[in-house]
Amino acid sequence: MSYEFPSDLKYTTSHEWVNLNDSIATVGITDYAQHQLGDIVFVELPAIGMVLEKESNAGEIESVKAVGDLLMPLSGEIVEINEQLAESPELVNSSPFREGWMIKIKIFNTIEIDELISVERYKELVKSEE
Amino acid sequence: MKSNITLIFEKGIDEELQNYIPEMDIEVADLKEIIPQILLRNDIPIPNVPEIEIVRHFVKLSHKNYGVDTGIYPLGSCTMKYNPKICESIERLPGFSQVHPLQEENQGSIELLYNISKFLGEITGMDGFTLQPAAGAHGELAGLLIMKKYFEHKGIKKEKIVVPDSAHGTNPASAKMAGFSIIELKSNEQGEVPLDHLEYAMQGGDVAGIMLTNPNTLGIFDRHIKEITQIVHNNGGLCYYDGANLNPMLGICRPRDMGFDIVHLNLHKTFATPHGGGGPGSGPIGVINDLSPFLPEPCIISTENGLVCKESAGKSIGRIKSFWGNFGVIVRAYAYILALGAEGLLRVGKIAVLNANYLRILLQQKYKLPYNRICQHEFVISDKNMPNNITTEDIAKRILDYGIYAPTIYFPLIIQGALMIEPTETESKESLDYFVEIMNKIYEEAKENPEILKSAPHNLPVKRLDAVLAARKPVLHD
Repeated sequence: MSYEFPSDLKYTTSHEWVNLNDSIATVGITDYAQHQLGDIVFVELPAIGMVLEKESNAGEIESVKAVGDLLMPLSGEIVEINEQLAESPELVNSSPFREGWMIKIKIFNTIEIDELISVERYKELVKSEE
Repeated sequence: MKSNITLIFEKGIDEELQNYIPEMDIEVADLKEIIPQILLRNDIPIPNVPEIEIVRHFVKLSHKNYGVDTGIYPLGSCTMKYNPKICESIERLPGFSQVHPLQEENQGSIELLYNISKFLGEITGMDGFTLQPAAGAHGELAGLLIMKKYFEHKGIKKEKIVVPDSAHGTNPASAKMAGFSIIELKSNEQGEVPLDHLEYAMQGGDVAGIMLTNPNTLGIFDRHIKEITQIVHNNGGLCYYDGANLNPMLGICRPRDMGFDIVHLNLHKTFATPHGGGGPGSGPIGVINDLSPFLPEPCIISTENGLVCKESAGKSIGRIKSFWGNFGVIVRAYAYILALGAEGLLRVGKIAVLNANYLRILLQQKYKLPYNRICQHEFVISDKNMPNNITTEDIAKRILDYGIYAPTIYFPLIIQGALMIEPTETESKESLDYFVEIMNKIYEEAKENPEILKSAPHNLPVKRLDAVLAARKPVLHD
C-alpha cells in the first residue's frame, strides 16, 4: 500500500501531521491514519479558546469500524477548527493534508517543536507498523 | 433463508373479515366527550389480515432468526455457548417464576441466592458477592464505585485507573463513568502488559488501580499476571478483574490467586444463560474481605434463625438495582453449576481452550495470526496479506452467505482488520471442521473470485448495507 507523505510537514508518532506557520500550527491526521480508520463518519473537535497540553486529547475521529483520538502534537490554545468537518467528515479521507485539516493551535512552547518527528522518521514508523 | 420480506401492513385483504369482538353490552359513549380532542384519531392502522396469515407471517419471520440453537456462533469475547434446556425448565418452575420479592415467604429464593454466592466465591476465590448488577458493564461500574468509596473512606485521593489497550471497551468507559480518568497502557509485542510501563504509570501516586481482562481480548493469558498485581499493590492500588473471559479459566485458576481484589462475572456468558438481543444479563461482583463492607446493600447473611437480609453499616455504595438483580438469569446459572458440578466446570474450561486452539491451528494455514501462540478461549486473525485487498468486512459478510454467524470484527483495535473467533466448548469437532471448511473456501474465493466477496452477502434477505451512508446521514424517522 502506498501513502502520501508531504515532506514539508512535521509528524507525531500518534499519526498527526503539523504545519507550522510562525506561532500557529495547523494539525490533521495523516494519509496512513485515515486509511487505517476507514470511512470516517464523525469528527469531534475542541471548542475554540481551549488551552490544551501536548499529547492531551483534542478530539475524536469516528469511522465505521473504530474510534480514534486526535492528540495535541504541541501545547497551546485552539484558535480555529475546521467547521466543514461537521457536515463533511469524508474530507479527512479524501484530502487528509488539505481540506481535511482539523485544528489550528497557537503554540506556547517552541521547545516542543523539536520533539516532532521528520517525514523520514515517520515513514519508517509506518513501515514498521505495516 | 432468502425470501422477500413483506410487512404485515402490506398484507391486508379487501374483504371484510369475521369480527371476533363481541357485541357491546353497555351503553356506548361518545368518544369526543370522554377523550380529549388532541388524543383522538380517525385511522387505526391495524392490518386487515386473517388469523392464519398472521401466524404464517410471524412464523416465517422467526425462521430468519439465527441463534446458537441454529448453528455455530463464533462471536469472539461473547461466549455464545449452548444454553442447556434443563436450566430453562428449572427457571420456569412456578416456585421460581411466580415469586415476588415482596411476598412474605421467600426463604427458598433467598437460599438460592445465598448458595450461588458461595459457589461463585469458590470459583473465583472471592469472599463477598453481590448479585445485583444487571450485566457485565454494570458490574464494572459497581466495582469501580467500591474502589472509589474504599479510598475515600481511607482519606486517600485517587483519580486514575490504568487500562491496557487489549481490554474490553467497557473498561475505560466504566472507569470514566465512575469519575476516574484513564491511563491507557500499550500492549507489548507478546500482547501482554509491559511491566516497566505499568510500574511507571503506578508511580504517579493518584492511581486507584488497574482493570485487567485475563485472558485478554487477544485470547492471551498474561504470563506475568502475578507480577502485574504485585506492582499495583506495592503502589497502593487495587486490581479489578474483568471476568468476561473467565470461561477458559473455570476450575483451572482463580482471579483471587492471580492477585485480584474485585471481579465481575458474566453469568450470561460463562454460566450459559441466554444472551444476545439485548439481555437480560447478570454481572455479579465478588470482592476480598477488606472490600466486602462496600458491596451494594442489602446482603444475605446466615444466622441462627436462618438466612436474613441485612442493610450494611453505612459503608455500602448503596443499591444499584431493584431487589436482587435479574433473578431468572441467576436461577439458570445456579442450575448450570449444579448440573455440571466441579468436574464438569473444569471440563468446560479445558474444552473451551482445546476448541479454540484446534481452530487456530487449522486456520493459520491460510489466515494471518498476528499473535500466534497457544491461546485460551479465543484468538484473533487479521485481514493483512489477504489476496486482492479483501477486507475483514468482506470475509464476515461472505460467512453469512454460508449460513454461519460471523465472528466479532474490527475488535480489538490493536490488530488491523481483526476477526475475533471464540468457538466455546459446546461445539462438536464436526461443527468446528465445518467452520474451517467454510473459511478455507472463502480464502480460495478471495484468490480466484474476489468480486463474490466484495459484493457479499448474496443469500440473505438484504444485500450489503451502506454502513457509511447510514452513519453519516442517518434517517431517524419517516
